[in-house]
Amino acid sequence: MPAPVISARDLVKKYKDFPAVDGISFEVEPGESFGLLGPNGAGKSTTMRMIGAVSTRSAGDLSILGLDPNRYGPEIRSQLGVVPQSDNLDTELRVRDNLIVYGRYFGLPSARVRTRADELLAFAQLEDKAKAKVDDLSGGMKRRLTIARALINDPRILLLDEPTTGLDPQARHILWDRLFRLKEQGTTLVLTTHYMDEAEQLCDRLVVVDKGTIMAEGSPARLIREYSTREVLEVRFGSERNAEVAERLDGVGERIEVLPDRILVYSDDGEAELVRIVERGLHPLTSLVRRSSLEDVFLRLTGRSLIE
Amino acid sequence: MSAIVGRPGTPGAPGPGAEGGDGARVALTAAVRPRRFGAWYVAEHRFRVMRSYLQTLLVTGFGNPLLYLLAMGLGLGSLVSANLGPHAVDGVSYLAFVAPALLCTAAVTVASEEFTYPILLGFKWNPTFYGINASPIAPGQIIDGVVIAVVARLLGTTAVYFAFMALFGAVPGAWASVGILVGTIGGLAFGAPIMAYVATIEQDSGQIAMLMRFVLLPLTLFSGTFFPLANMPSFLQWIGWVSPLWHSTQLSRVFSYGMSEPLWLSVVHIVYLLALFVVFWLWARRIAARRLNK
Repeated sequence: MPAPVISARDLVKKYKDFPAVDGISFEVEPGESFGLLGPNGAGKSTTMRMIGAVSTRSAGDLSILGLDPNRYGPEIRSQLGVVPQSDNLDTELRVRDNLIVYGRYFGLPSARVRTRADELLAFAQLEDKAKAKVDDLSGGMKRRLTIARALINDPRILLLDEPTTGLDPQARHILWDRLFRLKEQGTTLVLTTHYMDEAEQLCDRLVVVDKGTIMAEGSPARLIREYSTREVLEVRFGSERNAEVAERLDGVGERIEVLPDRILVYSDDGEAELVRIVERGLHPLTSLVRRSSLEDVFLRLTGRSLIE
Repeated sequence: MSAIVGRPGTPGAPGPGAEGGDGARVALTAAVRPRRFGAWYVAEHRFRVMRSYLQTLLVTGFGNPLLYLLAMGLGLGSLVSANLGPHAVDGVSYLAFVAPALLCTAAVTVASEEFTYPILLGFKWNPTFYGINASPIAPGQIIDGVVIAVVARLLGTTAVYFAFMALFGAVPGAWASVGILVGTIGGLAFGAPIMAYVATIEQDSGQIAMLMRFVLLPLTLFSGTFFPLANMPSFLQWIGWVSPLWHSTQLSRVFSYGMSEPLWLSVVHIVYLLALFVVFWLWARRIAARRLNK
């Protein structure tokens, strides 16, 4: 088995007394696409910064490519591509110059950086924007430029912190497509997200993080199998009545979650549960049967919804 | 898991079988250049940014000396000469007296531009420093790179200024050219504390504008630029003594028209300027390191 490219054991990061990351352990294999899934404030970004060798850990062991970030920060960073949560492109420079300047930070020769910049502009579908000002790009284009910038050094590991947050659906799909290509080429991806669909699309394996600790680990499919049912029935009786109705649903489904706006009934056969509910003389305003998702896994693990 | 930790003296030798193997070896080689030349890459970045406002740089770089030497040196100067004679101030013409001081003031102006907004920008408004920090470059190198770029701009500015002084006949001898260096060092001594302070600003509520108005402006007015510091009431003279601008101005006058002052005082000027620069430069590096490591 190949050596892991990232290995974290009992990793802790404290700000004053508050533990943002509270003893998490995981490993990432070369070529793997690994996700950290959790709500805002779960400690995902802090973990990413520690992996990115820009944040000193408070305790525990961390090794990136076999190197300790406390001692080999520049060495580790030379092999990483980092896409931060909010873009920090240089708005005083044009699109292509952003790539060139950044490539120089890795000590790459100017000629090579220029060639690489053009390749990456093509990859990011920004060729015709090479001379544009960064501020004139759309949100999705800025994001793609940030990803292109992160690839300027041919990184072994690409770190993406909430890569598609704030983008419209079309821009997200373009981005996912690009990331999927990288994955196919064998780049190791580590990403944080609070979007289920993103995690399901891009991650081979993920950890569910909440309050600085890991709640569960596995492939999206396995997590769903383990912590949820095949299907979910969503019924709405109106926000006034949901809680009251829920008391009368004893024995319906394997498990029931009551949310402020709807009731979730977990079962392998959603339609059958709906029939049973109606048989009890209860008539939901709306009903919907869907496949279980990571959102349900999260709800099960933490008792809370992922996006609040 | 045996990460390469705490093996002092062997940074280049992860040894066979180390975890990550190939990756670690490549990483150790790849970081050699950034570790050595990182500050220069940052300076390169700054130069590229400066190129985007090149016109402003040229207009101010050439326009300022022209306007100031005309207005102060010839305009005000002829008034002074008409009333007090051609050797009215410190035994020389007003032009000769004021020109080296104007050069130093120009350097200080450039330094207070380049050490304020680009720093606040990089940490806050357009946080490029965080982007750079994610590359192999270390926080201290970011500060160093900014300093290198400012040194270049200061040297350019003061050299142009000096050329204009020569054109206006305000260069008595070859030694006056040392003023280019003195002005540059004065700018750095003036700018480094500002840079360190600005690097600490988390919430921008117009501190820089306040700084310019209530600290920098008085410092430039009371630094013996337009009249000798001794002409000021003694309770205001201390402003000049703490002001790096006064020190650089006096020193460049010594080199320019041979202003007489005890040697020890000239040494104090140099030591004070260098000390200010070095102390606050190192301090700014520390602030950057703390701020970028979250």
